[in-house]
Amino acid sequence: MSADTIAPAIELKGISKAFGPVQANKDISIRVMPGTIHGIIGENGAGKSTLMSILYGFYKADKGEIFISGTKTEIPDSQAAIRAGIGMVFQHFKLVENFTVLENVVLGAEDGPLLKPSLAKARKQLVALSEEYELNVDPDALIEDIGVGMQQRVEILKALYRKADILILDEPTGVLTPSEADHLFRILRGLKDEGKTIILITHKLREIMDVTDTVSVMRRGEMTATVKTSETSPPQLAELMVGRKVLLEVDKTAAKPGANVLEVTDLKVTDAMGVQRLKGINLTVRAGEVLGIAGVAGNGQSQLLEVLGGMCTGTGSILVNGEPIDLSGKNSDARTRRKRGIAHVPEDRQREGLIMDFYAWENVAFGYQDDPAYSKGLLMDNAALRADTEAKIERFDVRPANPWLNAKNFSGGNQQKIVVAREIERNPDLLLIGQPTRGVDIGAIEFIHKQIIALRDAGKAILLVSVELDEIMSLSDRIAVMFDGQIMGERDPSTTNEKELGLLMAGVTETGAAA
Amino acid sequence: MDFLTLIQILDSTVRLATPLLLACLAGLFSERAGIFDIGLEGKMLAAAFFSAAIAFTTGSVWLGLLAGIGASMALSGLHGLASITFRGNQLISGVAINFLASGLTVLIAQSWFKQGGRTPSLIGNARFEPITLPFAEALQNVPFLGPIYYELLSGHSILVYIAMLCVPGSWYLLYRTRFGLRLRAVGENPAAVDTAGISVIGLRFAAVAICGILCGIAGAYLSTALQAGFVKEMTAGRGYIALAALIFAKWRPWHALFACLLFGLLQALALRSDVVESVLQVSVPDQLLNSLPYILTVIILAGFVGKAIPPRAGGEAYVKER
Repeated sequence: MSADTIAPAIELKGISKAFGPVQANKDISIRVMPGTIHGIIGENGAGKSTLMSILYGFYKADKGEIFISGTKTEIPDSQAAIRAGIGMVFQHFKLVENFTVLENVVLGAEDGPLLKPSLAKARKQLVALSEEYELNVDPDALIEDIGVGMQQRVEILKALYRKADILILDEPTGVLTPSEADHLFRILRGLKDEGKTIILITHKLREIMDVTDTVSVMRRGEMTATVKTSETSPPQLAELMVGRKVLLEVDKTAAKPGANVLEVTDLKVTDAMGVQRLKGINLTVRAGEVLGIAGVAGNGQSQLLEVLGGMCTGTGSILVNGEPIDLSGKNSDARTRRKRGIAHVPEDRQREGLIMDFYAWENVAFGYQDDPAYSKGLLMDNAALRADTEAKIERFDVRPANPWLNAKNFSGGNQQKIVVAREIERNPDLLLIGQPTRGVDIGAIEFIHKQIIALRDAGKAILLVSVELDEIMSLSDRIAVMFDGQIMGERDPSTTNEKELGLLMAGVTETGAAA
Repeated sequence: MDFLTLIQILDSTVRLATPLLLACLAGLFSERAGIFDIGLEGKMLAAAFFSAAIAFTTGSVWLGLLAGIGASMALSGLHGLASITFRGNQLISGVAINFLASGLTVLIAQSWFKQGGRTPSLIGNARFEPITLPFAEALQNVPFLGPIYYELLSGHSILVYIAMLCVPGSWYLLYRTRFGLRLRAVGENPAAVDTAGISVIGLRFAAVAICGILCGIAGAYLSTALQAGFVKEMTAGRGYIALAALIFAKWRPWHALFACLLFGLLQALALRSDVVESVLQVSVPDQLLNSLPYILTVIILAGFVGKAIPPRAGGEAYVKER
């Protein structure tokens, strides 16, 4: 295939877009050849999503031209984008939760004023499409009843049903398990083989290396490079993204574990639905080490963090520094846990770690609002709190460095830095940290990882829960694998590998039997 | 209680349920599209006044009906402008409409007719007269079915039959047409509609317009069919009762019919305290009977009738996001 004879599927020339004083896209030009998978990589806020929203008619560019298959095309709205053969799978799915898969696919692409013939036709096509591309879905299932992996397949089917030749996926793997992500990539390769053009927006280097043919890097609204994937490497891409050299491997020395800080014996948790989520957990975390909990999401890791953090009740025994802590009753709450030296960075920072509509400095007080340093008699000493926030913002390099900004106005990485700063700076004996880098850009990941290791080296105990196996492998001193509410086994990260852990995560033990 | 009394009470139930049903369906269209409408009351009141006023001055109840629908739609447009175009708070806009209608109707009535804020009584063609269904008189004496047909089904104004037909009509429109699919989608997740290339604003205005038409008919029914003329505050909280019925019905047309019939029955019983007393064998104060529909409204709104999940995007203006 030669670039001279075939027109690019998409060509953008000199696209610029500003939101008030913020220049989200600066003079961006890009050519995407048909039948390829083109990655667009960049940190959060680099302007990737804005660029794709322009292509999908959500925003109008201030300047620049769009060519689809060599023809100059105006895209004033989503309808025009659909007509031009562009389909988009957004990071947050645009599905109607209490509609069926079929109704969601048909919505907006009906054949006539009555539904029945449209639905019948769509059902036929859906079956054909799902067979062709391994996109198996149940057309009559309600969206709210199916998992995120299948919801994503519905979004892809929506685009294909509208005869999209160009498919844009925005951070598609953020919500997927590793096996679901692999499934998605198989689908994408299948689509590519059919001649479809795919644009994959992501900040995960491994995905780019795995699945794309070419990759464009964006930084601060500008396109810094477009390279063939086969001719680049993760460190080079990371440097192009961040604008400086980035350490992809975590730099750490061997752990010097001390006394047991956390001892958990036969811990059981039953949720509100009456389902037993933890079925007798035994583990210890020593001072000066990181215990990583690996596992596919939903196997009890969340409940483990919650019960340790005092967000739910359970049975069994938990010793912190040799002293028991209450698992139910009035002394089992998060506040008491904090007093006992346990800090908690919850998995879902937007729901449990922050109040999105509150200022950064108010968020810094949460959990520690009765700290004498923040009080003046009966009143809050807001000035002291703000000064402390400013110091934390500086030390943790939170951007923008403005304590008066609402939590929701920070990027995911900076939100996480606020939570991590709040918890780590308390100098806890035990840090519980869940999904520390979910939705966090690469520069911030490096920073947060360094902070975790620094806390470990200061002789503190750390319990790390993550669904990112890479993260578990690189940070942990010991790895425990959870499956179905139990610990399947413990491994040494220097002697184990992804394959072995993957089997444990699927519930397969050495004897070969599934638990 | 004899059979004929029962039939009569059910007959009153149908007549009293009709304005509730129309208002309830009006609210259903609006809320299914994601626009909460607490202003049903005000729209009905405005429609009641303008229907009666125009019917009286022109002598034609049909022109009155049109005027009522027009007045109601004007207020709907105001609500749409405030809550869809300018993304204002839907509850505040609705409350404002209620106050506006409450004050303006009396003020204009006083200025036009000088009768203390009411319109003159409507007679003849200025009122919707009862319709006798075919063969009603002939079949009147057939045992059991005869009275049901003659007393209960026949002898209502045309608007009652229109309201009843609106139930299957709404169901069909919502669940069997493209418009209905889109309307329900825009109340659940407008972003899904927007990314599918359909105008969220257009759909929501269409829903609000339908709401205006139905509220207009409801108001016209009150002043030109149920009663003969407009009196101050004649809606008497029916807009709020319709909202309660809508929640009770969980935003579904057929359930709305039954919810409204239940409220209609309570109102009908309040008119026949003698029957209630003879059945229960105790003396029931009229005031208690009269307050039953409102008590039920409070119970429903307090959530004692099970979980009712409103349309998920209800009450929120749509803002495009990345």
